[in-house]
Amino acid sequence: MRDKVFNILFCGTGGQGILTAAEIVSLAAVYDGYHTKKSEVHGMAQRGGSVESHVRFGKLVYSPLIEEGSADFLVSFHKGEHDRMKRCLCANGVDLFASFEEAEKNMTNKKFINTHMLGVLSKNLNIRAESWLKALEAGFKGKFIEENRKIFLEAVSKG
Amino acid sequence: MKRIELLSGDEALARGAYEAGLKFAASYPGTPATEILEYLANFDDVDAQWSVNEKTAYETALGASIAGVRSIYSSKHVGVNVAMDPLMTSAYTGIGGGFVIVTADDPQLQSSQNEQDNRFIAKFSKLPMFEPSSPSEAYKMAKAAFDLSERFDTPVIIRLTTRVAHTKENVETGDRAETENKPFAVNAAKYVMVPGHAYKKHIALEAKLVELQKYGEQSEFNIAEINDKSMGIIADGTAYLYAKEVFPNASFLKLGFVYPFADEKIKRFAKEVKELYVIEEQDPFIEEHVRGLGIVLKAKDISYRIGELTPVLVKEIVEGKIKVEKAADARKPVLCPGCSHRSVFYALKKLKAIVSGDIGCYTLGALKPLEALHTTVCMGASVTIMESLSKYLGHDKVVGVIGDSTFVHSGITGLVDAAYNQAKGLLIILDNSNTAMTGSQPNPSTGVNAKGKPTKKLILEEICKAAGADIVETINAFDKNLQNKIKELMSKESLCVLIARFPCRMIERGKMVAPVFNKDKCIVCGACLQIDCPAIYKNMEGKITHDAFLCTGCNVCASACKFNALQAAQ
Ligand code: SF4
Ligand code: SF4
Ligand code: SF4
Repeated sequence: MRDKVFNILFCGTGGQGILTAAEIVSLAAVYDGYHTKKSEVHGMAQRGGSVESHVRFGKLVYSPLIEEGSADFLVSFHKGEHDRMKRCLCANGVDLFASFEEAEKNMTNKKFINTHMLGVLSKNLNIRAESWLKALEAGFKGKFIEENRKIFLEAVSKG
Repeated sequence: MKRIELLSGDEALARGAYEAGLKFAASYPGTPATEILEYLANFDDVDAQWSVNEKTAYETALGASIAGVRSIYSSKHVGVNVAMDPLMTSAYTGIGGGFVIVTADDPQLQSSQNEQDNRFIAKFSKLPMFEPSSPSEAYKMAKAAFDLSERFDTPVIIRLTTRVAHTKENVETGDRAETENKPFAVNAAKYVMVPGHAYKKHIALEAKLVELQKYGEQSEFNIAEINDKSMGIIADGTAYLYAKEVFPNASFLKLGFVYPFADEKIKRFAKEVKELYVIEEQDPFIEEHVRGLGIVLKAKDISYRIGELTPVLVKEIVEGKIKVEKAADARKPVLCPGCSHRSVFYALKKLKAIVSGDIGCYTLGALKPLEALHTTVCMGASVTIMESLSKYLGHDKVVGVIGDSTFVHSGITGLVDAAYNQAKGLLIILDNSNTAMTGSQPNPSTGVNAKGKPTKKLILEEICKAAGADIVETINAFDKNLQNKIKELMSKESLCVLIARFPCRMIERGKMVAPVFNKDKCIVCGACLQIDCPAIYKNMEGKITHDAFLCTGCNVCASACKFNALQAAQ
């Protein structure tokens, strides 16, 4: 399994924490010993434009881009962007949009949705828990680290 | 000590330069090069500075090199155009301490006004060029570039593209090697490029290129990978990675040291393989050269010269297809809620002004529905184009708009030009004391330097007067009187500057009181939607919605509403 290259596509709009989430997955993959590439497409993200982040990890990764029809996971933070990017999923790819919509409905503090989504994603990936926790700490640079850890672990234990 | 880090191409390049003993770095912010200087500014032992423009950045970095220290210049592709004057001649003078030039190109125009391919600058200036395909290569090439620079007494260019600059990857980093400064010696024949000296230097430069070509033949960055010989691919940069992704079994000649070309290696490779392809992004830089060697090859159709490559496109190139341009379907960016540029554009729109614009967030004012900005060419051109538009279209109809950072970059000389040539007209400086579009770097009007320390602050009013403007006034960008003030100054038979000042929301998010939205009074006339604020929109039922959470209370929408449905809070 470790030979396979995993393709995770994040999408949404500026300011939703997508880039941070993609950074944390990438760090977790690096800490777990994978060769990892993360690439971003964001013209003027701060100003509400589309944001995409492509994360690929495996034994050896060439292209930093995920091709249409080859994403194993789609993690979307926005309905419109989700519909636009759906075509990127591969035949048996996993669409995590339902989890996002549910989190958006139920979570009191929206700023932690990205961490929640990482928890959901982590259940699908072959990355050890210790690598995730180390990545969370590095990705949030010590900010709200306790809250983030809690939300991440809750998402892991649920369902 | 060796460490594995997740670094972007920009950061990895900066890290490599740092470890190579870099002491001086100068840049002007520009996507996708900005993070190079931002990374370097973190080190106490690197003197890293934001320059006022790319020409001054280049010259100070070259000066540091002449003084004997290892130095680096970095900018985006169009920034190199601004630095071309000293760049071309520095190929003649050569260097003192190692000197590296970074050009970060932007195929696909993610944040630029053109798609120029700066590999041609290597050929044009006769300077050697490295081109990494990934962050870990950028790290290694930065180190190699400093060594090469000192070995051959030449500036060395490293070319990145957005896809490399903004991709992150595992990079194995190490420790900094302290380097001795090169001794400085007065040497007019080397550093004074009067014709007599320059002539000799040109002869020496051509000889140097022959030697550099030999380096290219040996370079570990030009690697032939012989696999299946039925298909051979010559590629550089990310084009190599895409081709490798699609044709993992093909034979490759990967060019990492792209200029001068390693002709012998290319010829040998071409002989080994049955069918030869050149796969490269943007212009036919490698293709034309290899054809010039008399080698038969296949390459992309001209349609692929536009935009970025992707693995799928590489496949289509090999299949001999023509690229079909798809309309972009991404969301358009929009000025932040409460951005002070919005009020200026709204006023200009109501005045039906012809507006010459410039480079910055405010270029977004050109898009629908605002459509209040009518030219954008390059940094500083708002002022000079305003000078000519005013002359031929009437200064009572024309306004130039420029941001504070861009004004300092190259608006000042334009204003001097306008004053000297007795132009009349109005220039509005949108002063939010920030270089916002590239992520809030400070500039001389901010009064803070690249390391976050306070420094001398440029007083825009004084410099405008000194440049020769007849009337210089300052106004709060949200002042109710803004439109009248603009109208008044447009009618003056003078050269006027209006400084519309309000902090960028990126540096100061402070809220004023949001306007009150009274649903019952709203007749959905759509006037407020014309100002394009993300905090105000039409919902699914076709009703206007005001998002008080996003709203910063700038009240521009309230001034647009004639029906008092949106009312400024008292
Ligand atoms: S970043 Fe600043 S200048 Fe740019 S759109 Fe937002 S508020 Fe305006
Ligand atoms: S301008 Fe006033 S009346 Fe017109 S749509 Fe907006 S809020 Fe409603
Ligand atoms: S006052 Fe109106 S224009 Fe200003 S931020 Fe709020 S909604 Fe946008």
